[in-house]
Amino acid sequence: MANPVEQFRIEPLVPLEVGGVNLSFTNSALVMVLSICLVTVFLTMSVRGRALVPGRWQSVAEVLYEFVANMIRDNVGAKGRKYFPFIFTLFMFVLFGNMLGMIPYVFTYTSHIIVTFGLAIVVFIGVTIIGFMTHGLHYLRMFFPHGAPLATAIILVPIELISYCSRPFSLAIRLFANMTVGHIILKVMAGFVVALGVFGIVPMAFLGGVTVLEFGIALLQAYVFTILSCIYLHDAIHMH
Amino acid sequence: MTDEPLDPSRLDDLDARLRAARAQTSVETEGQSRGGNAGTGMGLGFRIAVELVAGIAVGTLIGYALDGWLGTRPLLMVVFFFLGAAAGVLNVYRAAKGLDDSVGLGQATRRRDGDLTNGS
Repeated sequence: MANPVEQFRIEPLVPLEVGGVNLSFTNSALVMVLSICLVTVFLTMSVRGRALVPGRWQSVAEVLYEFVANMIRDNVGAKGRKYFPFIFTLFMFVLFGNMLGMIPYVFTYTSHIIVTFGLAIVVFIGVTIIGFMTHGLHYLRMFFPHGAPLATAIILVPIELISYCSRPFSLAIRLFANMTVGHIILKVMAGFVVALGVFGIVPMAFLGGVTVLEFGIALLQAYVFTILSCIYLHDAIHMH
Repeated sequence: MTDEPLDPSRLDDLDARLRAARAQTSVETEGQSRGGNAGTGMGLGFRIAVELVAGIAVGTLIGYALDGWLGTRPLLMVVFFFLGAAAGVLNVYRAAKGLDDSVGLGQATRRRDGDLTNGS
């Protein structure tokens, strides 16, 4: 039976080392570039016609645009509109990463915690900077609950601080764990199909269901990642 | 596809209908709370598990880093482990109560109460 975690192995395609740092172009990087190209081509080609009554492709592009635009309007408010390009890019990158990963033999870059953590830490640092830029040092008041006695500050402030710092971790772990677990389950089930011979039809049927579920999770996790970024942004902008 | 010039009155008509439909949907979705779309029960359960672990892990990591910096090896790590556990439980409470991930529990509660009193 094939090793179920072998699919996550990073393999350098173009070995490159600059000053002792490994900068190889890997299979993960290849799929990232591929997904960025696909998103760019898909969005530019589909809205090129600028038809008033959208065709199929333009409809899909418009649905995605309105989906993210509504998400920002509902969760961040009118002030969040200027962050639309970033949030939309984030959503499309994660969505295409998850979806491309569902194609057999394509590497899933969102199944590596360093990738999801990289995305999450960008959101985290960005949101913190926006918070300080909007409210100045007043932003630090966020770490002390409104209305609590001052004597409790010594224990509440560290707790709130840790709670704040755990955001990028929980964001990253959630996306990474969902994608990794899903792909391992698919691989293990596929191994059973081969091993059980004729009776492999049972895991085969199960595999069909899990695949559909995985497509749902791929979409849902891209949504969850984006909506949590929106909620963090909301907290930074409207902290009162 | 549709390259022939469209009748302007038809366009206005379409515009009005679109606006009506949009107003309809916005009325429908207004009643839902902001955190109401957190997903399925499985999603929430998974989120709670992750929040708990992340809080403890981050707390312990901060304590470990501070220990290495200040040279008080086991002390701060133990203290921050418990603080991290508290932060994790706090995050779980927030997630379960649908108060989103906002830092500052008082603020989140106030906002929720404010949302309730403001109508909807």
